Amino acid sequence: MSRRIIIDLACLATFALLPLLAALLDEPFLVSLFTRLAIYGMAAASLDLLIGYGALVSFGHAAFFGLGGYVVGIVAFHTAQLMPLWGWEGSNSALIVWPLALLCCALLGLVMGYLSLRTSGVQFIMITLAFSQMLYFILGSLSFYGGDDGILLNERNSLPGLDLNDANQFYYLCVALLVGWLLFCRRLVGSRFGFVLRGLKQSERRTVSLGLQPVRYRLTAFVIAGLGAGLAGILWANYALFVSPDMAAWQKSGELMAMVILGGVGTLLGPVLGAAAYLGLEQLLSLWTEHWLLAFGPLLLLVVLFGRQGIYGLLMKGADKPRRARARSALPPLAAQEVRP
Amino acid sequence: MLLLEQLLNGLQYSALLFLLASGLTLIFGIMGVINLAHGAFYMVGAFCAAYTAMASGSFWLGGLAALAGSALYGLVIETAIIRRLYNRDHLDQVLATLAVVFFTNELITLLFGRSPPAMPTPEWYGAFVEVLPGLMYPVSRLLFIGAGLLVAVGMWLLINHTRLGMLIRAGADDHEMVGALGVNIGRLYTLVFVFGCALCGLAGFMAAPLLSVEIGMGEKVLITTFVVIVVGGVGSVRGALVGALLIGMVDSLGRAYVPPLLDQLLPAETSGALSAGLLSASAYIVMALVLLVRPRGLLPARA
Amino acid sequence: MKKTLNLAMLGAVLASSLNALAQEPVRIGFITTLSTPAGYLGEDARDAFRLAIEQEGGKLGGVPVELLVEDDGLQPAKGKQIVDRMTLDGISLYTGVMFSNVLAAVVNAATQGDRFYISANAGPSNLAGEQCKANYFAASYQNDVPHEMAGVAANDLGYQKMVILAPNYQAGRDALAGFKRTFKGEVSEIYTKLNQLDFSVELARVRALNPDAVFQFHPGGAGINFAKQYGSSGLAKSIPMVVPVFSMDERMLAATGNVAEGVNVVSGWNPQSDKPANQAFIQAFTAKYNRAPTMYAAQGYDTARLIGSALKATSGNLEDADAFRSALRAADFDSVRGDFRFGSNQHAVIDWHLLKVQAGADGKLAEVPVKTIATAQVDSYAAKCAL
Repeated sequence: MSRRIIIDLACLATFALLPLLAALLDEPFLVSLFTRLAIYGMAAASLDLLIGYGALVSFGHAAFFGLGGYVVGIVAFHTAQLMPLWGWEGSNSALIVWPLALLCCALLGLVMGYLSLRTSGVQFIMITLAFSQMLYFILGSLSFYGGDDGILLNERNSLPGLDLNDANQFYYLCVALLVGWLLFCRRLVGSRFGFVLRGLKQSERRTVSLGLQPVRYRLTAFVIAGLGAGLAGILWANYALFVSPDMAAWQKSGELMAMVILGGVGTLLGPVLGAAAYLGLEQLLSLWTEHWLLAFGPLLLLVVLFGRQGIYGLLMKGADKPRRARARSALPPLAAQEVRP
Repeated sequence: MLLLEQLLNGLQYSALLFLLASGLTLIFGIMGVINLAHGAFYMVGAFCAAYTAMASGSFWLGGLAALAGSALYGLVIETAIIRRLYNRDHLDQVLATLAVVFFTNELITLLFGRSPPAMPTPEWYGAFVEVLPGLMYPVSRLLFIGAGLLVAVGMWLLINHTRLGMLIRAGADDHEMVGALGVNIGRLYTLVFVFGCALCGLAGFMAAPLLSVEIGMGEKVLITTFVVIVVGGVGSVRGALVGALLIGMVDSLGRAYVPPLLDQLLPAETSGALSAGLLSASAYIVMALVLLVRPRGLLPARA
Repeated sequence: MKKTLNLAMLGAVLASSLNALAQEPVRIGFITTLSTPAGYLGEDARDAFRLAIEQEGGKLGGVPVELLVEDDGLQPAKGKQIVDRMTLDGISLYTGVMFSNVLAAVVNAATQGDRFYISANAGPSNLAGEQCKANYFAASYQNDVPHEMAGVAANDLGYQKMVILAPNYQAGRDALAGFKRTFKGEVSEIYTKLNQLDFSVELARVRALNPDAVFQFHPGGAGINFAKQYGSSGLAKSIPMVVPVFSMDERMLAATGNVAEGVNVVSGWNPQSDKPANQAFIQAFTAKYNRAPTMYAAQGYDTARLIGSALKATSGNLEDADAFRSALRAADFDSVRGDFRFGSNQHAVIDWHLLKVQAGADGKLAEVPVKTIATAQVDSYAAKCAL
C-alpha cells in the first residue's frame, strides 16, 4: 500500500470510529469537536481546489461560508416567525433549503468570479477580499435579521430518514458529505478539466495557445469551490444553530487560508488535516492557557519552516518523491505574472 | 472653510496610511513577501513610544525609541524568520507572518498587560495654528501631515538619487539579476525590511498620542494598508502615495458628506443603515472599481 | 500529527475528569472576552470574581466552587461553542460574557432546562422585556439604562442642544435611542464606523454644529481614540462631554491622560463610595492585582457574591432550580454598588451616579462623584416581562 492510501484510510478510520471513542471515554464533546473539524475541513478543501490547482488565491472564500449559512438562517427565521418571504411560507426541509442556499452561492460565485478573474496574482487576492468584505458589511447592516448580532436558529433542518438533532447522526452526515466532497474533488482534478486548470497554473500562454479559454475554466473552478464552502456554511448553521456576519469576515477567510497552507497546498486531504490541527490546537492550547497564541504562533512557524508542504508534506516525507513538484509556488513569482500579455 | 478642514483631516489620515503603505509596498515589491506582520511593527513602535515617553518624560525620546524599537524588532524577525522564506512560496510567507502577528500580540500582552498606556505630550502639542485666516488646525495633526510629507519627499530622493535607491529600483525589476551582478542581495533585503519597519515605528510614534495604543492596533489598519498598495499599484512608492491619498480622502470626505446627503434624500431608517454600510465598505468599493478598470492598480511599479 | 493530537486531547480529558473526582465543588462556567483589545473587560471581571472566591478560601457562600474561565475572543460563534461544550460537561451555572452579541449566541444554551446564566455585564433589551427568561439574571444593568441616565444627567446639567455619537451597530443604535428617551433638548445624531480610528471628520462636524455638550458611546479602543482626539482638537475646553461609563472607564482614563479632564461620566458604581463593602473591595483588588478596579470588576465581584448568597441559601444544591432561583431573586448580599435588588424582570435595580474626571487627592485624575442621578432605577422594559 502506498503511503497516500495509508493516510487516507487512517483519516477515514479516525473519523468513522470517533463516536465510539467518545462513548468509551464518556466525552460527548469530542463528537461536537470533530463535527466542527469536518465542516471546516470541507471549506478548507474547497479553497484548496482554487489555491492548489488553479493558483487562484482567494482571500474571500468566507463569503460563501457566510452566505450559505445566512440563507439557512434567514429561511429558518421566516419559517419560525410565520412570516412569509415574498409569499413563500418557508420550509424546514433540508431538501428544499440546502439546494436554495447552494444556488445562491453559485450565483455569488458567478458574479464574484467573473469580476475578480479580470485580475490575477496579488490583485486577485485583494479583489476577492473586497467582495467578501462587501458581503460582510451587507449582512451586518441587515438590522431586520439582527444586524451584527446575527440570527439564532431554533432547530436543525429536517432530512428524511435522519434525525439531525442527534449529535452522532449529524456528525456522520457531515463526515459523509466531507468524504463525498473529497472524492468528487479528486475526480475533478484528475479529469480533463483538472488538467486544463493545472496547465493554466503552470503556463497560461501555453494553454491559451492550445485554444482553451482560461476564464471559463477558472470561473467554473471558482463556482465549484464556492459551492463547497457554501455547503460547509449550511452545515455550520445547522451545527451551531447560529449565524452571524463574522462568518463572512476576512478573519474567517484568513483562517481558511491558514488551514490550507498548514495542511499542505494542493493535496485536498491536507487542508482537512490542517483544519483539524488548527482548530484542535486552538482548542487544546486555549484550555491550557489564556496566552495560547504565544505557543500557537511558533507552532505554525515550525510547520512552515520545516514542513515543505504542510502537515501532509510531513506525513508524506520520503515517500512518493515526485509529488513534491506540486509544492511549487501556488502564486507565480512576481516576475512571471508581470510579463503576462 | 469646513470643506478645507475636512480636506486637511483627509490628508492626515492619508499620511498615516502612507507611512505604513510605503514600507509594505517596498517589502512586497522587492522581496515579494506578503507581510501580514507589518501592522505588528506599527504596534511595537507605538508601545515603545508610549512607554519610553512615560518613563523619560520626553516626547522626542519616545519617538526615537519607536523608530529604534520597531527597526530592532524588524531586524530580529527578518534574521530569524523572514530570511528563511525568501525562496519559498508566497503562501508559506503568509502563514509565517501570520504566526508572527499572533506571537507578537501575545508577547506585548505579557510584557505590558492589557491596559492601553497613555502617551504624555508636551504643551505645544495641544496648540493650534492658523493655517489660513479663520481656520485653526491642531499642531498634533499638522505634525502627522508633516511626517507624511517628509517621508514622501525623503523616499523620492532616496529612490531616485542614491545608489541604494538604484538598487531598490533594480531589485523591484529583477532581483535575480541584481544578485547576479554581485550585489549582496541578502543585505539589501534586510536593509529594506528594517527600513520598512522603522517607517512603521514612525507611524506608531505619530499615532500614539492620537490613537489608543493597544494590542491588535496593527490589524485594524493592516487590511486598509493592503488596499492602499493594491489600489496604487504593488511595489511602487508613488502608487502607495496616490493610493493613500485616494483611500484617505474618500474615507474622510465620505464620512463628512455622505450621511447628511443621504439623510436629505431618503427616510431616516434606510439612510442610516445605507450610509453606514457604504462608509464601512468605502475602501473596498474603491479598490474593486479601480481594479476592474485597471487590473494592476493606478501606478504599477513597471509600465 | 493526528495521533499525537488525539493522545494529547485524551490526556487533557483525563486530567479534567480526575479533577472532578477529587472533590465535588460547584462548577461555574465563566465565558468572557480575554483576547482582542477589549480583553481587559473580561480580565477585570474575571480577576474580581476570582478575588471573591479567594477571599472565602476557594468557596462562595461557604460552598466550594471551581471557576472554569474561557476566552470567547469577542466572537459569538466561539462563545456558543464553549457553552455547548460546557453543557455537555454538565455545567449548569454560567456567567462572564461581556458583550451583547456574544451573549445573544450563548444565552439560550446557558438557560435551557435547569441551567442558569447570571450576567456580569451585558443586558440586551430583548432579554429584559417580552423575552425575559426565568433562569436569566442581569446582576449588572439593562443596556439602555446607562444611556437613559446620561440623558437625565444632561438635563440636570442644563444642556439644551447636544450632538450624540455612536458606532452604527446594534448596541450603538440602542445607546442613542436610550439617550433620546430621557433627554429633553434638541439632538443631532452622528453615526461613526465600528472600530473607527480617526474621528477628525466627526469632530469638525461637532464644532460646526456648536452644541452645548456632546454625548458619545464608544467602548474600548475606539473610545480612547475618541477621547484623545477630542482633547487634542481643543473641543474639550469649549464643549463638555457626557458619557456612559463604557466610554470612560478607569483604564480608558489612564490611557487617555490629561485631556480627559472635565468629562462627565454616568456610572452605576461610585468608586469613591465610602460603603465598607466597596472600600474593602477596592483595597483588596488593588493589593492583589496592583491596579485600580473598573466597574467591570465591581460587577464581577457583585456577581460572585450574589452567586455566593444563593449557594449559601441552597447549600450548594443547584438541582432544585426553583429554590436556587428564589435565592438569587432575594439578592441577599452586600453589593459594592450600594442598595441592590432585582426588578420583576430579574435585572439589577441600583442607583446611578454622575462622576466627573478631575484631579483627586493625590493629584492624579480620577472619577470623582458629583451627585446621584437616580435611586433604585427600574429599566424601561421591566413592565413587559411576564415573570
